[in-house]
Amino acid sequence: MPKIGVYICHCGENIAGAINIEEVRAYAAGLPDVKVVRDYLFMCSDPGQELIKQDLKEDLVDRVVVAACTPRTHEPVFRKTLEDGGLNKYLVEMANIRDQDSWVHWNDKDGATRKAEKLIGSAVAKAFLLEPLRERFVEVTRASLVIGAGVTGMFAALDLAEMGYKVYLVDRNPSVGGNMAKLDRTFPTNDCSACILTPVMVQVGNHPNIELLTFSEIESVDGSIGNFKVKVRRKQTYVDWNRCTGCGDCVKACPHEVADEFNQGMYNRKAVYIEFPQAVPRKAVVDAAHCLNCAGRDFGTQPRLHSKTGEPVAAPCEKTCKTGACDRSVAYNPRGEVVELNVGTIITAAGFKAMDKHPFKEYSPESPNVITSLELERLLAATGPTQGELKRLSDGKTPDTVAFISCVGSRDKHHHTYCSKVCCMYMLKEARLVKRKCPDTNVFIFFIDVRTGGKDFEEYYNYCRDLGVRVIRGRVGAVDELSGDRLRVRAYDVDIAGPVELESDLVVLATAMEPPTGLKELARKLGVTCGAEGFLKEAHTKLYPVETSVRGIYIAGCVQGPKDIPESVSQARAASSAAAIPLTLGRVAVDPLTSEIDQEKCSGCGICVPLCPYSAIKIISLGEILRARIDEALCAGCGVCAAACPSRAVKLHGFTAEQIEAQIEALTIAAGDASGA
Amino acid sequence: MSDWKPNIVVFACNWCTYQGADLAGILRCDYPSTISIIRVPCTGCVEPEFIVAALKNGADGVFVGGCHPGDCHYQEGNNKAAARFKLLKTVLTEMGFEPDRVRMEWISGSEGKRFAETMTEFNESIERIGPNPIGRYINGG
Repeated sequence: MPKIGVYICHCGENIAGAINIEEVRAYAAGLPDVKVVRDYLFMCSDPGQELIKQDLKEDLVDRVVVAACTPRTHEPVFRKTLEDGGLNKYLVEMANIRDQDSWVHWNDKDGATRKAEKLIGSAVAKAFLLEPLRERFVEVTRASLVIGAGVTGMFAALDLAEMGYKVYLVDRNPSVGGNMAKLDRTFPTNDCSACILTPVMVQVGNHPNIELLTFSEIESVDGSIGNFKVKVRRKQTYVDWNRCTGCGDCVKACPHEVADEFNQGMYNRKAVYIEFPQAVPRKAVVDAAHCLNCAGRDFGTQPRLHSKTGEPVAAPCEKTCKTGACDRSVAYNPRGEVVELNVGTIITAAGFKAMDKHPFKEYSPESPNVITSLELERLLAATGPTQGELKRLSDGKTPDTVAFISCVGSRDKHHHTYCSKVCCMYMLKEARLVKRKCPDTNVFIFFIDVRTGGKDFEEYYNYCRDLGVRVIRGRVGAVDELSGDRLRVRAYDVDIAGPVELESDLVVLATAMEPPTGLKELARKLGVTCGAEGFLKEAHTKLYPVETSVRGIYIAGCVQGPKDIPESVSQARAASSAAAIPLTLGRVAVDPLTSEIDQEKCSGCGICVPLCPYSAIKIISLGEILRARIDEALCAGCGVCAAACPSRAVKLHGFTAEQIEAQIEALTIAAGDASGA
Repeated sequence: MSDWKPNIVVFACNWCTYQGADLAGILRCDYPSTISIIRVPCTGCVEPEFIVAALKNGADGVFVGGCHPGDCHYQEGNNKAAARFKLLKTVLTEMGFEPDRVRMEWISGSEGKRFAETMTEFNESIERIGPNPIGRYINGG
């Protein structure tokens, strides 16, 4: 008979604060086949694990139930404990009495305690039926996919490529560079952003191990660690990139202008465009939605002939293109093409989106003189709409007064409750840049708090104040448009404990960093969780900050939450080293939680065969009789076949019908249900 | 009877709803302690017999939570579960159970708050339906 040991974790106060450990202990001790019950402050700590190992070594127990946090993070820890204690590592079952009990029933201590008893009863019932299993290994495809080619994605890709692994670097925009490419300068050194980023972009573009897939989106992700199958949709560029040299002639020839996304819509680009001057790859893209199809040249049509000369009439872009990259007679598929990649690991570095100003009605967002900080960044940049000259786009006037407003959309329960972390510093930076370009400009910054935690950041702040930047502590209530193009900022100054008003020519809103558009959908495809604020969730905040709940998928940069460039780059390099581990090992152990068919019970009916999404089940003939057989290497362990088998011949290891039924019984009848009702 | 509280068994898929339940914990979203989860790899492995077994053993409500359509970690286990579930519901009435005692919903790993809200709401609906009728027979016997 199995000898079950129950180990109850206090998790400091996390569990013990809501659950009466003594009562649960006594309950567990009364369960059938439970030989040992112990509790400890932190079961996952070394001394905690030692308790289990000791009992295993003394042969007091041969099945382990750990009542603690979620098995999603800690099952591997305790499996290792069993292994170290000389027991098959699959003979452990966890009762989730923290995440799914104490934390959610904190205000119902008695309910939480009763539930802990039930959950432990359920785990004990299952543990009684656990069987030793042998793990299996899968070969790892020695390639990695990096999603997002901003500064984070580029560093992650470069590190992996330098280690000698093939890297596919995907970005939805035509060029790599991400948000950092839009910045003028970076704090705390005031380096020119383009000057430090462009060499990295070029390196990424030239690296023999990196395959760039820009202007592409992730279509689907299948498989698991070691063997992910990823479909990537290369969006239609309507320009043959194999021929395009990025000369820009087509851009010059194109007669139609539309708002330029790269310049935050403050400037125009052509319908055929190169994303920005330093773009990598430097290739043109036709914005088909805005293309005028000059000279009646729809894509996929033959040119009409000139009525007099009889020559074919080409559109300006194709007329000027010397390489034949702009050829409108090609019948391009507007949906682009799908390429399939096989990779062992995936790093998601999808970045962030700067929040739009329009939800902030109180700040007169319709005024052209109320701009976001990213828009100001473009105004200050030499490649921006004003070629770096500080002037208002509405009238070309250089502002005498500039007012910055912090925490627009951040630390605000109506929008995002989190702090966007970088705004304080970039406002100070932009204030400094304004002062540098126009030293006589009056610069005011309205802060709730100045948060300048970081190396050299406080010094940076002090230097700004020395430059004459005025800091006002307090929330801004409103920005009103005044006649004569000025703006009035109304705020509460907590230092003088009274309202203040300021007239300004330009108001800059430090809008929040948000999850990028479509992140939820991408997370779904990857099977990765988003946190409440919408950013991707790491496996563990402190210990596994770049891992996710899906083995083999890693995260880095702002896709995980707001952070500055140094932090993003550090995380990128952390993620690349984590993602390189399985690639270096060449094979990884996977849980043997797959299905098996009991040949004695199988009637060979074949119901299971078409149900299997992996085509892992085949009907084989054993002489006269037919039997189903599962290919263990193909089986992913979903259990669809087990649920469908009329003979209960399929056993899903780790989740057998008997085990689940024992749990059901423990949660109902055995827990006193129906008797006390 | 006045202090009767339902006993609800939840089958939660490891990839979505179980994660959502963990997230509810991380976010400290309260819901009734009447809910206990059995972790399964996929809703596709939840045999209708399991649901019936829970009801026969006296559970007042059974909830099956899986991935949103199209998000199944195993391609389409959730769709298969949904098809079986629909059939099961029609048979439950024949067995003498109110079909609303069982429910299947898609709750993703990012929907921690929604998990808590759904559990609160499901608990309320079971409270309205009342105790599992089978309890009377078990007690009587």
